[in-house]
Order: sequence, then C-alpha cells, then structure tokens
Amino acid sequence: MLDMYSGLRALRAGLDAGRTSPGELFAMCRNEIARRDDGVKAFLTLVDDDPETQRRLRGEGPDAGYAGYAADGAAREGEAEFASDGTAPDGRSGSAGALAGIPYALKDNICTAGIVTTCASRILAGYTPPHTATAVRRLAQAGGRLLGKLNMDEFAMGSSTENSARFPTRNPWDLERVPGGSSGGAAAAVAAGMAPYALGSDTGGSIRQPAAYCGVVGLKPTYGRVSRFGLVAFASSLDQIGPLTHSVADAALVLQQIAGHDPRDGTSARVETPDFSRGLTGDISGLRIGVAREYFSEGVDDGVRRKVEEAIALLAKLGARVREVSLPHTRYALSTYYLIAPAEASSNLARYDGVRYGYRAKDADNLVDMYSKTRSEGFGAEVKRRILIGTYALSSGYYDAYYKRAQQVRTLIRRDFDEAFADVDVIVSPTTPTTAFRLGEKVDDPLTMYMNDVCTIPVNLAGLPAISVPCGLDRGLPVGLQFIGRMFDEVTLLGAAYVYERAAGHSPLRPRFAPEVTGHGV
Amino acid sequence: MHLTEQDVAHVARLARLVLTDEEKHTLAGELDRILQHADELAGLDLAGVSPMSHVGGGETVTRPDEPRPSLAPLTALANAPDADEQQFRVPAVLEG
Amino acid sequence: MAFETVIGLEVHVELGTKTKIFCNCANEFGAAPNTRVCPVCLGSPGVLPVLNAEALALGIRAALALNCEVRASSKFDRKNYFYPDSPKAYQISQYDEPIGERGYVEIVVGGGVKRIGVTRVHLEEDAGKLNHSPLGDYSLVDLNRVGVPLIEIVSEPDIRTPEEARLYMEEVRSILRYCNVSDCRMEEGSLRCDANISLRPAGQRAFGTKTEIKNMNSFRNVQRGLEYEQRRQAEALAAGGEIRQQTLRWDEASERTILMRSKEDAHDYRYFPEPDLARVELSAEYIAARRAEIPELPADKRERFVRQYGLPAYDASVLTASRALAEYFDAVAALVRDAKSASNWIMGDLLAHLKVTGQEIEQVNMTPQQLAQLIGLIDDGTISTRIAKTVLRDVLEQGKDPRVLIEEQGLAQISDEAALRAIAQRVIEANPKSVEDYRAGKEKALGALVGQMMKETKGKANPQMVNRMIADMIAGD
Ligand SMILES: [Zn+2]
Repeated sequence: MLDMYSGLRALRAGLDAGRTSPGELFAMCRNEIARRDDGVKAFLTLVDDDPETQRRLRGEGPDAGYAGYAADGAAREGEAEFASDGTAPDGRSGSAGALAGIPYALKDNICTAGIVTTCASRILAGYTPPHTATAVRRLAQAGGRLLGKLNMDEFAMGSSTENSARFPTRNPWDLERVPGGSSGGAAAAVAAGMAPYALGSDTGGSIRQPAAYCGVVGLKPTYGRVSRFGLVAFASSLDQIGPLTHSVADAALVLQQIAGHDPRDGTSARVETPDFSRGLTGDISGLRIGVAREYFSEGVDDGVRRKVEEAIALLAKLGARVREVSLPHTRYALSTYYLIAPAEASSNLARYDGVRYGYRAKDADNLVDMYSKTRSEGFGAEVKRRILIGTYALSSGYYDAYYKRAQQVRTLIRRDFDEAFADVDVIVSPTTPTTAFRLGEKVDDPLTMYMNDVCTIPVNLAGLPAISVPCGLDRGLPVGLQFIGRMFDEVTLLGAAYVYERAAGHSPLRPRFAPEVTGHGV
Repeated sequence: MHLTEQDVAHVARLARLVLTDEEKHTLAGELDRILQHADELAGLDLAGVSPMSHVGGGETVTRPDEPRPSLAPLTALANAPDADEQQFRVPAVLEG
Repeated sequence: MAFETVIGLEVHVELGTKTKIFCNCANEFGAAPNTRVCPVCLGSPGVLPVLNAEALALGIRAALALNCEVRASSKFDRKNYFYPDSPKAYQISQYDEPIGERGYVEIVVGGGVKRIGVTRVHLEEDAGKLNHSPLGDYSLVDLNRVGVPLIEIVSEPDIRTPEEARLYMEEVRSILRYCNVSDCRMEEGSLRCDANISLRPAGQRAFGTKTEIKNMNSFRNVQRGLEYEQRRQAEALAAGGEIRQQTLRWDEASERTILMRSKEDAHDYRYFPEPDLARVELSAEYIAARRAEIPELPADKRERFVRQYGLPAYDASVLTASRALAEYFDAVAALVRDAKSASNWIMGDLLAHLKVTGQEIEQVNMTPQQLAQLIGLIDDGTISTRIAKTVLRDVLEQGKDPRVLIEEQGLAQISDEAALRAIAQRVIEANPKSVEDYRAGKEKALGALVGQMMKETKGKANPQMVNRMIADMIAGD
C-alpha cells in the first residue's frame, strides 16, 4: 500500500507499473491534508491540480512576454528541458522523470507565478508574483505537481514557525510542540504524510532544524548549488533552497532536479552537477568522520547527546574512521550570524514599502508617513527586531565595529572548516541542542530562541552543504543528526548520511498521530 | 556601549518603522542584550583578516547584452495598491 | 576681500547598452510609463540582479579614456535609501572599490591646457522618475529608467571658474562620445551634472563651506547655475555672513538656486557589499582589450591636426568637436593637396549646411571622397571657387559626384587656349573703343574687356588666363 512515506522511488515505480496515477497521488495528499491539517496547520495555500497552473509554473503560461523571459533562461544554458509528463530528453543522470507525476509542496517564500506567495507576512498578503523560482520551474518541468504553499516564520525569521502572521504550525509528533522553523510548515507537512517531499529554505538552519524536530531528512545544499532566483531574500549571502524528504535517497533525487547553474542568479555556481545518487553505495569503509567538541557544549540536552553519540558509534562500527576535529571559532558563529543576517535582511526587506505590491496602510498624510505605517503594520515583531539590529549594525559609525567585524570572523569560521576538512571527509554533530519545545515556551526570549541554531549557523556562514537525518527518539520526540560536507561535495555527504540511515533503520519515521486537536489556543 | 531608547528611535526612523514608547522600551532592552552578546567579537584579533562578503568568488559573472520582453503593462501594475495612468501612485512626497 | 572659487563636479552618464545593467529589459528612452520593466526593475520579492557584460565593458572603457587606473578587483555595494524612484529601497552602486580611480581630463582654457583630476569612476544603476501631480497631493512613479546603466564620474575640486566647469563637462562628453560609451544627450538626461561649489579667501588652503547644486540640465545651465551660486556666496561672505552646507536645485525659470535640503537631513546610506553580485575580477588581458577599443581622443586629435596639417588651433578644436566630424575631416584632408582647404570647406559651407538642416555629419549626403574631389577640381582649375559653392550645394542635395554634376551642367571652366583665343578675338573686334582706351594707358579698360569675355563664356572662362590673353593679344597686334 503506497502512501506519502513510501519514498519517491516507490511512488515512481507505482506510477510506472500502473498501480496508481498522478491524479490519485495528488488526491491522496489532498485527503491527508483534509484529515491532518486542521491540527498541524502546515498549509497556507492549496493549489488545484490543473494543467493551467502546471503550465504557468513551467514558464509557459499566459503571462505572454514575461513567461518567455522565465522559460528561455534555462534553455540558453543548454539545460535539459523536460516534457510535461516528466519524461526527460536524454536521461538526466539516470534520475530523469523520477519526480514526474509526484506531488510536492513549497515553503511560502518560494515564488510561484499566479499563485499567492506571502512569506507568511501581512505585508505580502495577497501578493501574486509574475515569476516562478528556478527551482520550482525545474520541478514543474520534471512533471511535479504542486500541492500548495507552506507556513513558515515570517520572512524565514524564526525557529518555531510561531512568527507566522497567519497561525503557528504544530509538530505532528506532538501538537503542543513547535515543528521548528523557519521551514516548519514544510517539515510538518512531510512528517505528517501530507506531501512526499517539500522545498524549504535554509539561512541559519531553517531546513535542518525543523527536519530534526519533525523526524524528516532536511538538506541544505552548498551555497550556489541551487538557484536563489525566486526565493524571497532574507540574508542573500546565506540563503539556500533545499529539500525536506523521508530519506536521504529522496533528498538526492530532489536535489538532482533543482540543482545547477542559473543565468538568473549571479551567485549560482558554474560547477558541474554530479549524479547525487552516485554516492549512495552503502559503503563507508575508510570514510573519515570528524567530531567537533565545540558542537557538544553544555547547551546540548543529555538525551540528544546520547542519541548522537550512539550514531557516531554506529558509524565507527560501519567502518568509518572517527576522529576529533577542532572548530575553534564556532563559539562566535551565533554573534556573527546575528549581525550579518539582520544587516542583509534590513536591506532586503526595505523594498516592502506599499508602492508596487503588497500591503499599504490607509490614511497616510504623506509619503514618509505611508512608508512607516505600512511597514509597522505589515511586519511582525521578530522581523522588526531584526530590521532594527541590522540597520543599527550598518549605520554610520557602527559598520566597522559590527558588520565588518562579523564578516572578518566569518572568514575565520570558514578557515576552521577548511582546516578540518583537510583531515576528514564529513563532520557530524547534533542538528539541534534539544528536541522540539512547547509552543509559546521561547517566544518572549529572542536570545534563547536563537540558541537553537547554534549547530546549524556555522554551516551557512561557511557556505557548506549539510543534512539532518533522524537518529531516533528522545522521550518520544525525534532527534536530528547533522552531517556537514565539503563545498560542492554533496555526493560524499549524502553517501555518509545514507549509510547511517540504512544501518540505523529510523527512516521513514511515522509519527503516532494525536487523533484530534486538543483545542489549545491557536 | 549601551543601546538607549533614543538609539532605537533613530534606527527605527532610518528603517521607516514607527514604534510605540512601550515597543521602544522593550526593544532597547532586547537589542541591547543581542548587541552585548555581539560585543564578544570585539575581543578577537582580526588584524589582516579580510572580510567575507561572498561565499563564491574569483570569477566575474556577467550576462550577454540581449534584450528580452518586459512585463505586459497590465502585469507590471497588477499588484499595485494604487495606480493611475499606468503608473504607481504614492502620497505627496515630502522630504524628511 | 578677494575669493577663490573651488568647484568639483559629479557627472552621471547613461551607458549606451541595449539592455539595462541588471536585467534584460531594453535600455530605451521615451517609452510609455512602466512598459520597460520586469520583476527585477520592480524590485519584486525573490529576483536577483545579473551584471550586463556590455555595461561593465563600457564602464571600463570610459574609466580608461578618462585616464583612470582600473582596479583588477572591485565590487558592488548597496546604497540604502527610501524613495519611490528606488524600488528596492537601495541603489546598487560602488562604494569603496570603484572600477576606476586617479584619472584626469584636460581642458583648454585661457590659451593653455589645464588638467582636472578625476577622483573616481564607478558603475551604478539609474533610478525611476516621479511625476508630481499639479496640486502636489500625490506623485506618479514610472520605473522605466530604473536599472539603466550609469557611470558616475567624480572630479577633484580642481575647477576654479564656472566656465572651466562647462569646459570640463564638454570635454567629458566629447571623450565619452568618441568612445561610443554614451550619446551624452543632456536634454534626454543621459548626461547629468551635480556640482559642489565653495569659496575661500584668496591664498587660503582650507576649503570653505560648500553647497551642492543639482538639476543643471544643459551646458549653459551648468555655467549659469554656478555663476549664480558663486555670486550668492561671494555676496554673503562679503557681508560677513556664513555659508550653510546645503543641497540646492537650479531653477532655470527663476534663474536661482532653491534649497532642497540642509545638512541636518543628510542621509545615512548604510553602504555594504552587495551579496547578490560576485566581485568583479578583471584580467590584464580584459583591461588591455578595453583599452584597445579607445580611439584617438579629442585632445590627441586636436594636437595632431595642428602638427600634421598645420591647422590653426581654432580649426582643430572645431573639427574635433565630434569623432565623426574629425574622421570626416581626416578622410578629406588625406585626399587633397592642402588640408587647410579641407578645413575651410568643412567649417564653412558644410557646417552651415548641417546647421540649417539640423543634420549630424553622419547623415550628410556627401562622402569625404566627393568633397575631396570637389576641392581637387578647384585646385586643378576645372571650376572656380564660386562655381564650387553651387556644385557643393547640388552634391549635398543629390548625392552625385561633383565631376558628374559639372559634366551634366557644363560647368567646367574653359581652359582651352584656342577656343578662348577665338572668343577673345571677337571681343577685341567688337569693342574698339575699349581697346583704344587700354592702349592709351587706361588699365580699367582691360577689366571691361575681361567682363565681356566672362559674359560670353557664362563665367566658365578662367579669369587669370583671360586677363593675360587679352593683354597679350592687344599688345601683340
Ligand atoms: Zn527589467
């Protein structure tokens, strides 16, 4: 019996064997959404499975002139174009068509032409972009079927999805707990079996942390591996789109479709896209795995620590050579991140001014008044907090002390990794110091909330790829194990994570569903 | 260095945000704690360390100078809160 | 007290690319509002800038032509400010690592050459346009101009008079037009100028307090705006007043500068490196290739025209006003015996024709070869200068070769001795009175005979030849 935990290969095989159809898979997801999402509240927008929507997402829609703009961007680079049924022209690395006919969902900060894209913010309420993110266009061209848009912390700022302007999303493992964030909707939708996979975005851990909290796999690719075109910017030098799935193999399949150079993103790397499934051999004998003491500080819960240590022991048993590495500047990563990300955000979010799109405040006397009212009414508290920190860090007289200094420390953090990776092939750590916390537990304490990202943030600062895979339950809640790889070496990274996943036998994790919502105030 | 409510007000003005007195008070405290935390960077010896503003690099990225269609006029204004004569309408511009 | 004026200029030039600097929208002037915009132009959520290769190339070429050192490594920065003409609320510009630095421009002033330093040349994007409602209660925003590639050229405070400022602007325009960097049309805003001006007591080293003047949208207004502000500051200082640091706007209608904002409102632009654009890394080969694209520039051309063709400095400066005109002259001069004759014809009849018809030299209906042919026909006596003026007009109208027109209209001078001698004989026989008078020593009588002769030949006889011939024939009788 197929369901959304079956894995992408099984779904594809079911389609190939005629045991199911794309329409049936889509309907199955919609059924699960109808059954579960009143409690989980992962979806902000549902999309119907109509050919017009799919065509628009492929860049062939009725937005005449501009659709052409979106479509030929890819063709120019000699990129493979996929037929609408998902069959590939010349078998893209063996995984072509792997996603054809299979539903997926998107974090709501990834633009979809003709479909509302809000970043879970009041300031973008009702905003319908004319453009589609390159990653989505590639999924649509591969025959993927979009189910809808997922909840998140407003503009991806947060670690619990409580910062959504609409409503908080709940953790399918315990509806009283947060799913993590900012891609909380994406992690919860996949964990709850409402979508076989989803795309999220990761700026400081926003894919990996909710993946860990919800017991799914979350991959943050190397910076530049996946085009950021169409991803609403939070912190441009840190943001990266990536998949949330039920297995490492599925993450590799999705990455295969969305990776590659994009002429619309000047920071997308001109590197070859390897066959990401190539490394999923199940053999890691001789693989050198680094363990950094800095990731096991006092803040890490005993339960989490125990699970991660068991995982490391298992990896050693499987033939990996485990050794200690040192990442001495890790302790500065949080401060560095909380200067750089807000600084970039303060500039990226300045465009929301009520002039060309989005929310505009009523009754403004003049332009400055309109700007200030619009932004004050349109943004939530956390977004304002970060805009203020970032503006301060960049403002006259403070730039050198804060922003520039943070950029220099960033260099040191990157250097730490470069030196460590001279001796090891991957580094493992907990994804998060704790398991999912209760709703409302940390909303009034920004600094403690920020501590959640202590293990994931250094990776974004350095631009490296990393993946979180489930490594068991602690008191009934999923624990995440993070693997960090070298720049553009997702093949090794995925290979290591795959071996662990298979040997540990956790994936896919199926939550014991609380049967009904308990009426805790939403 | 402590962040005052006046600092918060100044930065809010730069960022085009209006804050209530209560917000100013709360935010001054919160931002001050975050920046106090950031002050740990002040102790590091960073002489000769170049700032990392980009992850990639080493190569100039350009595109060819080839025109493509712009948005259809209706699409360009489709999301505008207020428009007139194929233009975005804004309240009177007063310097300040 | 005597004051010295100190002026520095910030010149913005729109680059003549096909597309905008960071998106593929057409770079076109004068389209209907918001019809040359895409999500990048609108600052829509999720879109990214990608640098136009041609904008970079033109920027580097311009920096080199302005004698700048080009950085092997530079970057873009964000300049943050809220205004409806700036859809992202930041302008992508260059802050501390511009593409070019430490250049100069030479102007000819007071009979000598003066060097004005160029502090920096950087690339940036243009902003949109606001149209204010008649009652001032709202404004309309047109974003077509957003993202048009610009270079900003910042001069050193080396300029001492409003006239020098105008000459500097004209020279910059001339250089950039020579290099095909921009059409530099001030009336369309593709060349714009802001000026900083201050006064200081003669002999003082420290600068006085400066004001900035914007919106001087013609060469004439640059000079007039600065003259006005120079006078205003001098009067204020002479009266014991102080200059306040302000930004002013030149108002052409009232011929005054008007306050836009004072220093207290100065922006805090919060510059930081643009994370969406990779650093610009230029190889020595790339820079050399841009340098090779630079043609001979106006200053060098002027100098060469004087040296090579022996032209007066004035002629050289008129003929080098545009690259096309200079190349036209060069082509004609190469084909004629005396380059000064080429200069005379071009500066006289040809430029007059352009002025009347409003044409550019590129549009003119006469090739340099045709003009050279015409001059050659005067030089070899085939036509007179007077006839040549008529022929020139016909060439410009019909585009035919001068030789063909002369043939068709039988305009060639009669230089055939035998034919002229026969006519002269008839004239002498028909005017015995004049012949008598001439023999009696009345020199003027010869003129009457020559006039008669020219009338008979419809002006086509060579006057010198006729003069000599009649005198000889009467003497020889
Ligand atoms: Zn555009």
